[in-house]
Amino acid sequence: MNVAKLPQGMLQSAELDGRDKALVAAIQTGLPLCPHPYAEIGRRIGMEEAEVIQRLQRLLDDEFIKRMGVVVRHHELGYRANAMVVWDVPDSQVAELGRCLGQFDFITLCYQRPRRLPQWRYNLFCMIHGRDRDEVIGCVDLVIEQCALQDIAHEVLFSRRRFKQRGARY
Amino acid sequence: MTHRINQQLNEANNVSLPLSMLERRLLNDFQHDFPLTATPYADIAARLGVTEQEVIDTLQKLQEQGAISRVGAVFRPNRVGVSTLAAMAVAPERLDEVAQLVNGYAEVNHNYEREHEFNLWFVATARDTLHLKTVLHEIEVRSGIKVLYLPLVEDYHIDLGFDLKWS
Repeated sequence: MNVAKLPQGMLQSAELDGRDKALVAAIQTGLPLCPHPYAEIGRRIGMEEAEVIQRLQRLLDDEFIKRMGVVVRHHELGYRANAMVVWDVPDSQVAELGRCLGQFDFITLCYQRPRRLPQWRYNLFCMIHGRDRDEVIGCVDLVIEQCALQDIAHEVLFSRRRFKQRGARY
Repeated sequence: MTHRINQQLNEANNVSLPLSMLERRLLNDFQHDFPLTATPYADIAARLGVTEQEVIDTLQKLQEQGAISRVGAVFRPNRVGVSTLAAMAVAPERLDEVAQLVNGYAEVNHNYEREHEFNLWFVATARDTLHLKTVLHEIEVRSGIKVLYLPLVEDYHIDLGFDLKWS
């Protein structure tokens, strides 16, 4: 299923039954670090280990879950600079340029979002993590060249302070 | 390069270093395709040639040090519940106060100061759009500052984790 082609927000929780929702709630702060983590999750919500595993597999297959694994914190691992780079792309080119940006491994998010004129003109957002500002700026220069963005207005919004960072709670 | 990463980690967190090869492999090689088996840590241990307890202890330590936020699922935005990016242009002298007001909402999971006239950027998540918009509206009313509502329209990034490039 190509999720990118489906309207966002149209097919959300409707496809999750009550047991899926209980499972999502139970894992959103992370898997326990014990020998049988899925059994432990199941114990908390009254579900057999096999059912936990089978439901998680389906959530992955249906792309409710993007990935399962270690979620690293960039800043703590030496990636001290992060910038949100925003682009004002003609609507007809958003998909093409979004896909071009999305392929770089230093880009960790790449989303189209609505403009809010007159205050906000930018409609394509990507996040770049680097060890320092120069590395991030080098990455911006690289994608401008590789994706032919020379004529596209953009701004680089470096982060200053992190007030909060954790996983989503639904 | 290894030395440089370690130095930065030390400065950041007083982590006792150097990062072991086991820590590096756990950080870099298991950001996706985490085993969906009864004993995932034992399976990882078998692949890395260490014991299950070493894997668990090392992940525990990395979590305590803040190098990983969790081992678990990254949900695709707007498939389980709804979320949005939001931005505010806050006068510098009010930034701390407004950031704390925003932080006070359990629905907010990321909140950053950024270098721009729109200097406060946060992500809010809720079970449905009505609840999400209620939170943003409440933040507007309480702060007296307009909130730009910037929900996702399309996702162009395939999330395979982040290559930490140790070498």
